[in-house]
Amino acid sequence: MANRATQTEILQGTLDMLILRTLAAGPAHGHTIAHVIGRRSEEVLLVEHGSLYPALHRLEDRGWITSFWGTSENNRKARYYRLTATGRKQLNVETSRWERVVRAVNQVLRPAQS
Amino acid sequence: MSWRRFVRRTYWDVERSREIDSYIEIETSDNIARGMTPADAESAARRKFGNPSLVREEIYRMNTVSWLESIAQDVRYGARLLMMNPGFACVAILSLALGIGANTAIFQLLDAVRLRSLPIVNPHELAEIKIIGGSRGLGVNEEYGEVTRPIWQEIRRDHPAFSDVFAWGKQQFGVGEGSDMQLANGILVSGDFFRSLGVEPWRGRLLAGYDEHACPETTAVVSHAYWQSKMGGREIDPDTKLLINGELHQITGVTPPPFFGMVVGEHFDIAIPYCEPRELSRNLFAVSVMGRLRPGWTLENASAQLSAASSAIMTATEITGYAANTIEKYRNFRLAAYPASAGVSRLRNTYDSALWLLLAITGLVLVIACANLANLMLARASTREREIAVRLALGAARIRLFRQLLVESSLLAAIGAGLGVGLAQWLSRILVLSLSTENDAVMLAMSTDWRVLLFATGVATLTAILFGMAPAIRASGADPVIAMKTAGRGISAGHGRLSIQRVMVVTQISVSLVLLVGALLFVRSFHNLMTFDPGLRKKGITLVNLGFRKSNILRERVNEFRRELVEEVRSVSGVRSAASTSMVPLNGGSWGHNIRIGVAEGTSAFTWVSPAYFETMGIPLLAGRSFNEKDSGAAQRVAVVNQTFIRRYLKGANPIGQIMQTQPEPGYPSTAYQIVGVIPDTKYDNLRGGTPAMTFAPAAQFPGTGPWTSILVYSDQPPAVVIDSVKRRIAKTHPEVVTQFRIFETQINDRLVRERLMALLSGLFGVLAAVLGMIGLYGVISYIVTSRRNEIGIRVALGASRAEVVGMIMREAGLLLAVGLAIGTALPLAASRGARTMLFGLKSSDPLTLATAIGLLVGISAVASFVPARRASKVDPMDALRSA
Repeated sequence: MANRATQTEILQGTLDMLILRTLAAGPAHGHTIAHVIGRRSEEVLLVEHGSLYPALHRLEDRGWITSFWGTSENNRKARYYRLTATGRKQLNVETSRWERVVRAVNQVLRPAQS
Repeated sequence: MSWRRFVRRTYWDVERSREIDSYIEIETSDNIARGMTPADAESAARRKFGNPSLVREEIYRMNTVSWLESIAQDVRYGARLLMMNPGFACVAILSLALGIGANTAIFQLLDAVRLRSLPIVNPHELAEIKIIGGSRGLGVNEEYGEVTRPIWQEIRRDHPAFSDVFAWGKQQFGVGEGSDMQLANGILVSGDFFRSLGVEPWRGRLLAGYDEHACPETTAVVSHAYWQSKMGGREIDPDTKLLINGELHQITGVTPPPFFGMVVGEHFDIAIPYCEPRELSRNLFAVSVMGRLRPGWTLENASAQLSAASSAIMTATEITGYAANTIEKYRNFRLAAYPASAGVSRLRNTYDSALWLLLAITGLVLVIACANLANLMLARASTREREIAVRLALGAARIRLFRQLLVESSLLAAIGAGLGVGLAQWLSRILVLSLSTENDAVMLAMSTDWRVLLFATGVATLTAILFGMAPAIRASGADPVIAMKTAGRGISAGHGRLSIQRVMVVTQISVSLVLLVGALLFVRSFHNLMTFDPGLRKKGITLVNLGFRKSNILRERVNEFRRELVEEVRSVSGVRSAASTSMVPLNGGSWGHNIRIGVAEGTSAFTWVSPAYFETMGIPLLAGRSFNEKDSGAAQRVAVVNQTFIRRYLKGANPIGQIMQTQPEPGYPSTAYQIVGVIPDTKYDNLRGGTPAMTFAPAAQFPGTGPWTSILVYSDQPPAVVIDSVKRRIAKTHPEVVTQFRIFETQINDRLVRERLMALLSGLFGVLAAVLGMIGLYGVISYIVTSRRNEIGIRVALGASRAEVVGMIMREAGLLLAVGLAIGTALPLAASRGARTMLFGLKSSDPLTLATAIGLLVGISAVASFVPARRASKVDPMDALRSA
């Protein structure tokens, strides 16, 4: 139980970033977002739908994305999400933070060879 | 957590559900495209998504304000529980409604009398200018009058501390003429009165500066109430006129409904402007001066300025016709500013302490009711042990349970308070009605303003905590294992629960004792006042007030005319005796003069009476003689004095023949009176208070020449008959004379309204408290019996007799009672000081009253505990032991 929890926490912050990145390419609905993240990460990051929709709700509440009802590829009604200007700024912030973290972790894992 | 999301959480839930549904549809069609059958496609899609309810729940939770949600849950649960136990709910809500309602009603009255500001613009700026210490009996003082007209004129000329000043005085107006004349509550006002107060006219225009001119005044303004009731609400035009005090006045306008004047508890009917007579009286203190403080000026600054200006003002308005030392006293008067945002009020002065005391009493009754409720809830909690144990076992936090129980009691308190506020409207109106008497109608607008609501809310909260806390703590602190094992029988943890109940019963008994003692004290006090012998006749006396302005009697003949009127009344059949007096006794009015007799100096009350006065009022003559026809206007001035006079000024020497000299006053030149008789002490203006030195002089020698007189009529016939006969006789012989009748005893009793109210209400609440306390005692003793059933069964099985069982239970009860009484006896002695001024004829530590109250409580307690005790003695030992 505890393990899953920590995993979810870490993933929550990164999930927000991944969603924003996916929407940077253009509006999409929930199903597509999950699909894209899964395919781009070569099925390493499989988004649980239980966390996707709460994350979308949270992002929308913070004003980083907005939503509208539209028609999907196969002519079905679906809720589309779009990145806002603030969202775009937030994406840059999160991305740079992520890169800093990754670099730091790598430096620890592979001690500097000088 | 955002409020925006909270209020629209249902909307969002629907949106997200639709979104989830649309996702599943898309996935399903994708799966069909991949080649699955429609059924498989859908189940695969659902499986891939996971649990939609969980997702919806998580989103919903993100949208809620969690604590608000759970409190709403608690409230719903509590409401459901109450509906399942309607009996308990009714009892609880009813007792709460009564308790909180009574408290709120009293507070509402207090609010109206003392706390509320006048319905004018910026009432907090208002201040009243008064003489420090009052006029100290100097001159003629009218009700609410603080200064004279000349003083007012000086203030009006120069008032640096005030941006606006205005003056007013209370007076009774006669409206209409002859036998149609009706009395109206009037005020005389200065030109700036309405403008300074910011009162806008409801119709027409209100009085302005130019309405003040040489006498007689010609304009007037009526109040909204008077306009509606006595003038039919007809539109005001230049022809609208009223005959006021014998002069025609044009009614220029009507004041708005909320404005009732400056006196809280009284409504004015007509306002007329001051007029400028040829000469202004310098010793008539009938004017109240008020003003708005200038911005930046405080009361202290204003008082300082007034004090500095006083000397000049007093010298400019110096009184004449008095002795030198009296004039000196006048010159040393100092003026100061006092807060006036709540107006002035005789009602307030009379009832202030009574109302606070009543509030304390109702508060205590509420405490007793709460203790009963707490016991009730404790009993209920024991039946819910199982439920609570299950919840605890399932993982509920104790705090959560505690909060839920507290919410339940708060729910009860809230409903009770809501009903109570409604009840209070009704109760407070009844209270106000009971304060009114025939002569003095009390007019107070009762409104539920924010102060009253705040008070009710505060009381309700306190109540909820009081009776909800103990059961909540006890219930949520239960050990679930023990509770589930012995659930339903309620014998577990018996001692803990019992000790709280014992404490509460002891508290109830002690508070009941305090309230009973208080009630008895007030009832006996009232009885003392009603049966008190003031030294003069109360029964069978009718008062006739006559006004003969229209008779146009010459000043020199006024006393003669008065004598004629007395003779006329005396000759009416059925009248045993009649006499005139310049001051009706026991009516609050007083009149006195400074005198010098021998080397002694001081004041004495002065009353001018016709010869039959002492006989009419049943006052015996102790020495010397009463007045007769020889004591006419031209003869030597004579006087009859009372024993206090002799004690104070003559040190017990023989008074007959001694001469006293009065100091001069305008209209009352210095006169030498020879004492010819002595009467015993009687009460003067009030049933309470001591007897002053009193001097009686013959009516034929009365210097006062106003066209009125008061005649006291003694008759064996019923008052209605007497009034009718006298009225008809006067109408026949002097039709232009205006008459007003009062039954003397009723008039005296009407002044006891406050005492009657206190006796009634404290008696009511005392009884209520005792009843509630006894219910509490009964409940606890019953509980003791139930919890000790096993023990009783064993005792009976081992051979104890019924009497022994009863005795055992009664001893328990007796112990509780004794402790409660002991505490209760100590309390009144501490709290009694506040009530001392209201009692009459007994001290607050009166032992007889205490003993009676204790006796009463012991008596009812014996009954209350005997019933369960007897039930205990009937316990079948086999039953008791088997159900253990």
